[in-house]
Amino acid sequence: MLTQALFRALDKKAIWLVAILIAVAVLVPASNLLLPNGHPLRLPNYAVPLFGKYLTFAMLALALDLVWGYCGILSLGHGAFFAIGGYAMGMYLMRQIGNRGVYANPILPDFMVFLNWKELPWYWYGFDNFWFAMLMVMLVPALLAFVFGFLAFRSRVTGVYLSIITQAMTYALLLAFFRNDMGFGGNNGLTDFKEILGAPISADTTRAALFAASAIALALAILVCSMVVNSKLGKVMIAVRDAESRTRFLGYRVEYVKLFAFVVSAVIAGIAGALYVPQVGIINPGEFEPSNSIEVVIWTAVGGRGTIIGPIIGAILVNVGKSYFTGAFPEFWLFALGALFVVTTLFLPKGIVGLIGQYRSLTTRREQHDRSAPAAPSPAEVESSADPQPKPAE
Amino acid sequence: MIGAAMTFSRLLATLVVLLGALLVPAHAQTADTTLSPLVDALAPGSFKDRETAIAALVATEDLRVVPLLQTLADGDLYVGKTDAKVVFITGSGATLGRIDPVTAAELGEVPKADLEKVKVNNGLRRVIRTAIGQLTLLSDDPATRRSAAQSILRDADPANLELLDSGISAEADPAILQVMQTARAVLTLKTDATLEDKTAALPLVSAIGGRDALTLLTAALANAPDELKPAIQASIDGLARDRAVWDAAQNVWYGISLGSVLLLAAIGLAITFGVMGVINMAHGEMVMLGAYTTFVVQETIRRYSPELFDYSLAIALPLAFLITALIGIAIERGIIRWLYGRALETLLATWGISLILQQSVRSIFGPTNRLVGNPSWMSGSFDLGGLSITWSRLWIVIFALVVFVTLLLVLKRTALGLQMRAVTQNRRMASAMGIRTPFVDAMTFGLGSGVAGLAGVALSQIDNVSPNLGQGYIIDSFMVVVFGGVGNLWGTFVGALTLGIANKFLEPYVGAVLGKILILVLIILFIQRRPRGLFALKGRSVEA
Repeated sequence: MLTQALFRALDKKAIWLVAILIAVAVLVPASNLLLPNGHPLRLPNYAVPLFGKYLTFAMLALALDLVWGYCGILSLGHGAFFAIGGYAMGMYLMRQIGNRGVYANPILPDFMVFLNWKELPWYWYGFDNFWFAMLMVMLVPALLAFVFGFLAFRSRVTGVYLSIITQAMTYALLLAFFRNDMGFGGNNGLTDFKEILGAPISADTTRAALFAASAIALALAILVCSMVVNSKLGKVMIAVRDAESRTRFLGYRVEYVKLFAFVVSAVIAGIAGALYVPQVGIINPGEFEPSNSIEVVIWTAVGGRGTIIGPIIGAILVNVGKSYFTGAFPEFWLFALGALFVVTTLFLPKGIVGLIGQYRSLTTRREQHDRSAPAAPSPAEVESSADPQPKPAE
Repeated sequence: MIGAAMTFSRLLATLVVLLGALLVPAHAQTADTTLSPLVDALAPGSFKDRETAIAALVATEDLRVVPLLQTLADGDLYVGKTDAKVVFITGSGATLGRIDPVTAAELGEVPKADLEKVKVNNGLRRVIRTAIGQLTLLSDDPATRRSAAQSILRDADPANLELLDSGISAEADPAILQVMQTARAVLTLKTDATLEDKTAALPLVSAIGGRDALTLLTAALANAPDELKPAIQASIDGLARDRAVWDAAQNVWYGISLGSVLLLAAIGLAITFGVMGVINMAHGEMVMLGAYTTFVVQETIRRYSPELFDYSLAIALPLAFLITALIGIAIERGIIRWLYGRALETLLATWGISLILQQSVRSIFGPTNRLVGNPSWMSGSFDLGGLSITWSRLWIVIFALVVFVTLLLVLKRTALGLQMRAVTQNRRMASAMGIRTPFVDAMTFGLGSGVAGLAGVALSQIDNVSPNLGQGYIIDSFMVVVFGGVGNLWGTFVGALTLGIANKFLEPYVGAVLGKILILVLIILFIQRRPRGLFALKGRSVEA
């Protein structure tokens, strides 16, 4: 059963993507660590965590794509799952600091000593174990997504209403994590990490390893997602996206389908957040900003939602652009991002991947025309006419 | 004979004073040249000479003497060693700035060594206090007497008791007399007066009401004789009960005020959402543009005709409405029109527009807060019972109501309103009946944006005008719309006020931030019960 699903999932595109990612996971660290300084092919030290960050963003975009592109749920709160995963990882890293903090308290993180706390809050217990922290990285976003999704989907909150309340969720979390009493470092968040699994966190080897971990995690996420969307459940998800009421009338439990997609997506987002934090060295409540979550949506849209590769391309392209613009023309970045939103929604409803598909179907048609083709539509045409954008059910 | 001459001259003097009082209404203003030598006479000689000089100053009945004497009593009056001129000083250190006590003109800085303190002793201080009392409490001008009595009440210094008594015996105006007696009661509680006196003073002090009386009585309770303690405690309890009621009322007022702000910010959003099913993420930026319009109008007025400043808001309102409405129509015609039936895409496109608008404003006006002033009729506050109400908040509540009622009328009484309601209820049917739905959409979007601009003018009075102004309101406005339900302005009205008041009632118990979080969680839960809000549209058209 599982092998069968895996086999179906490994269509040609997914195999290529996973292969590329594994190659990247090997080549990038190798280029950084093995080649001598000054070699033209050597990646500079700063680039490794930067690219690693892009990969975690790609993973977040992929997670959003699973719910939005395939299930029609536009979540404006995926940044929250990402941030929660990040906080779980941050809590582990905080506990690893031990007595090397400013106040040299072996148990309490610095900010708690600073706030005059005497003992560790109960929800910090266990985070000194790596395996426990990793469990929480997946479990806490999953639980939040489950409770939130269960309530929302059961009462059939859909469309913009759902988008708005997911935004309210991340906003509420933003406000909550800003509070010092919450025990997550308030305003400053968690930072000053020293080591992860005994390895110094800012060493080149650790960074290379984290990069490789991000690439492999992304590859696994791709496998999981393509497994889900190519399964029978995936077909039902697409049906829910395109005609929710009709799917319900056909006898499917729409709310469970949505809930499944939402929870899986939240877990992927949480893992992405956990990989993000050690590479940037900080997690603070700013990650909960509603605007961050909306930005994730545009990565997905630019790349092409409803495809596996689209969000990955989109996230990397937009973030490379962001790194460049905010450095070179800081004034210009918001104009560019704003224009990207408008242009993508107006002219590129299927994103870059859709554009390529359109071009390809155009050329295929021309070839067929040249050969005075038979009346049957080409496979590419069928694929592109399967409209990936959610339509109003009206 | 000599006695008769004395009487005559005194009569003459009285006549002159009376004439003076008649000729120079209210505060007597002695010429600077007459006053200055009298002031300088304070410095030389013995304490006795100083008493005479003070008497001469009092005789001028010039109110500028009051701060002068006060400074003297505080021991802060200085005299130049070389020019023998009496001055106020400013600053500290080796050189001191000098200010003329009569003209208030700055006289430049001199080394500290060149100045000498005008000495006072306790006897002189008593004389000064009486003198100030004569100038103020016994002044001919009722306003001066009243403010003097009020300042004694505020200071609550038992040393002023005698002075107050002399004032009370001479006072004819019942209103001022009451202030004086209240002040006397407050002072009595502080002295070691007899039990009867204190008992008599108690109701007068309680009558002040509010926090002031509570503080006074609590202080009095500490050193009151045991017989009096139950009475004071009873008064305190009564006041505390009143206070609780007033505090609740104050919270309601704050809630209404917050609710009206939410109403202003959300109502435009509700219209566009209701009619077009479109979430306009750039709505907050329309509010921001309205606020910046006010800023530009005020800057122009400051530069060209400052006397119009009080009318700046009246000028800004139609301008802000026009500008934001036009921008709204442009957005609708340029972008949203192409995204019909794709609500989620519209959300993204308008978010992009909001980023562009924010950055444009940041590039033009800079990222920092811009100063928007309050016109005179919007500044300050007044007390209503135990409530303290600021004028700006009151005007915003009124303004929100006016906007709300106007919109109700537009929707119910105009042709456009009729068409808008028709499109809200059933777009296809409306279109089949010959309503030009694209035109209605454009007008709706313009109207919604214009109302946001109006909200911006109002919010510029109570919030920081910065490029991020809109972001602060957008989520709250969404909550109001989602909570209230669309297609019905009353839903927005009830939603805004409920959320405003609930927020302000939670605040004292759990703090502002946690209160807001609770409200958000409550709304999320509420949506589960009623996915279409409080006042949901019913009927076939709804089940899209």
